[in-house]
Amino acid sequence: MSTTTMTAPADKKSHSLALKAGVVLVGVHIAIGLLTLVWLPYDPTAMAGGRLEGPSLLHWLGTDRLGRDLFTQMMIGSRIALIVGVGAVTIGAVIGVTLGLLAAFASKWLDDALAATLDILIAFPTLLIAMLVVAASDTANLWSAIFALGIALSAIVARLTRILAKRVLVMDYITAARTSGSGWPKIVAIHILPNIWPTLSVNFALQFGLAVIAEASLSYLGLGAPPPNASWGRILQEAQGTVYTAPLGAIAPGIALVSLAIGVNLLADGLRDTIDPTRRAR
Amino acid sequence: MLFVLLRLLPGDPANALLGVGATEQQIAAARAQVGSDQPLYVQFVGFIGNLARLDLGTSFVSRASVLGEIGNRMVVTLPLTFFGFLVALALAIPLGIIAAVRSDKWYGAAISVVSQLGIAIPVFWLGILLVTLFSINLRWLPSGGFPLKGWANFGEAITGMILPSLTIGLVMGASLLRYVRAATLDVLGSDFLRTARALGASFPEALIRHGVRNGAVPVISILGIELASTFLGAVVIERVFSLPGLGSMLLLAIQQRDYPNVQGVLFISTLLVLLIGFAADIIQRLIDPRLRGRGRALA
Repeated sequence: MSTTTMTAPADKKSHSLALKAGVVLVGVHIAIGLLTLVWLPYDPTAMAGGRLEGPSLLHWLGTDRLGRDLFTQMMIGSRIALIVGVGAVTIGAVIGVTLGLLAAFASKWLDDALAATLDILIAFPTLLIAMLVVAASDTANLWSAIFALGIALSAIVARLTRILAKRVLVMDYITAARTSGSGWPKIVAIHILPNIWPTLSVNFALQFGLAVIAEASLSYLGLGAPPPNASWGRILQEAQGTVYTAPLGAIAPGIALVSLAIGVNLLADGLRDTIDPTRRAR
Repeated sequence: MLFVLLRLLPGDPANALLGVGATEQQIAAARAQVGSDQPLYVQFVGFIGNLARLDLGTSFVSRASVLGEIGNRMVVTLPLTFFGFLVALALAIPLGIIAAVRSDKWYGAAISVVSQLGIAIPVFWLGILLVTLFSINLRWLPSGGFPLKGWANFGEAITGMILPSLTIGLVMGASLLRYVRAATLDVLGSDFLRTARALGASFPEALIRHGVRNGAVPVISILGIELASTFLGAVVIERVFSLPGLGSMLLLAIQQRDYPNVQGVLFISTLLVLLIGFAADIIQRLIDPRLRGRGRALA
């Protein structure tokens, strides 16, 4: 779960393969997520069958300890995961990019103070910060979890934005734009954002995966969205007690999580290779 | 600084202490007891003063000393982090070097792919899978828990530690492996390694004498971060294996709105995280003489 630069495989073929695999994996989850808006096999809150039934034609993944259809819950899980990922990354991006740009433009001491604060925040895992934000807000629901994750992610985004923006700021064309009379807002919009956007967007993709796993962890710890908004983490937590009799309940959400996380990571790697010409050449 | 922020965040702790439906007098009494009726700067000065004396206060719920409770929990979390760290090192360093040196062979590539997988796996799921395999199917190890007598019951304590440490080690090792691999690849393409080879050193010799030192520097700073985040991330692992560590203390404290406990755990964790970072800096300077002159501007 890190946002490091991964050394890309040497041949170009595996790049496009990774990208394709990423698109397929994420695409399946998006398709399922959209499908849940219009159709579900069963009512997710209703007892659709007996308790802890094994997989059958009626219930593809069996039922949970309350007799609810597991496959239905898993489908809703896809939707929740996507909402969490998009929501958290959006919040993280808005706050993070704003703070990062602010730091890049700020006076030395303010920049130093912001950078030091960000370093401390980043030293804490996303999950821990999110736990604290959830604890601070009185009601645990999906939005508080998304908000919490967004806040936690924003520190990483802010630091990256700051570094990237500073790199652009020393360029000659910025000086040229300044001397020709452009104001800072215009410089940000025309020169800085387009220049740092590619790197940022790769990072957003990685953070999407991070957010989804972190939300699952929050739910697993009982700090996420309450049922019936069944997140994969919550399904896992409920299934852990019955893992002996119905192992599928504990295995399926994990596979779903991993497939989505790997999907976005592959997508990010593929994106980076397409965007970065130095990587493309190798 | 972080703690002042945290203190301000959750609203009035007295409300949490009493719950809904408390009378005005009860609230006032509770606030006096907790100290939240004082002006903020008084609270702050008191808090800093207590910190300096290492007095983290007493829990709202159990009325026990926070520091004492942290000490009790630490004997679980510290060894857990340490063993996990050892497993991660034992996995990541040899495998990472192999993955880089033999990146053209199938097993080099396989290691990279598996590590990619290891990064995407949530810790708690890996934990549950390991429990399913080793405790339920094979019945080799306990699925969780820690003896009440603690380390006095050494055998049971150690067997209780194996699976959680393995879980932490695998996940941490997978991400560490990528850094080791990247660092080794950097070293492999470097001029000094070629020079050493040209001067007649064999490949393993050149790699060990020149490569390890150079490759270790970036890896150690990552190690510091990983170690710190593992320590903090113990929350989830302790929940999976129901271990009475610092993480479960934090989780319980958050659920019970027991702010002195939350604060205490965070304070001690931050202290440890900073110490680990500091130690990583020092080790880097010992290894790489070039870093010594650079002053405090170490990224």
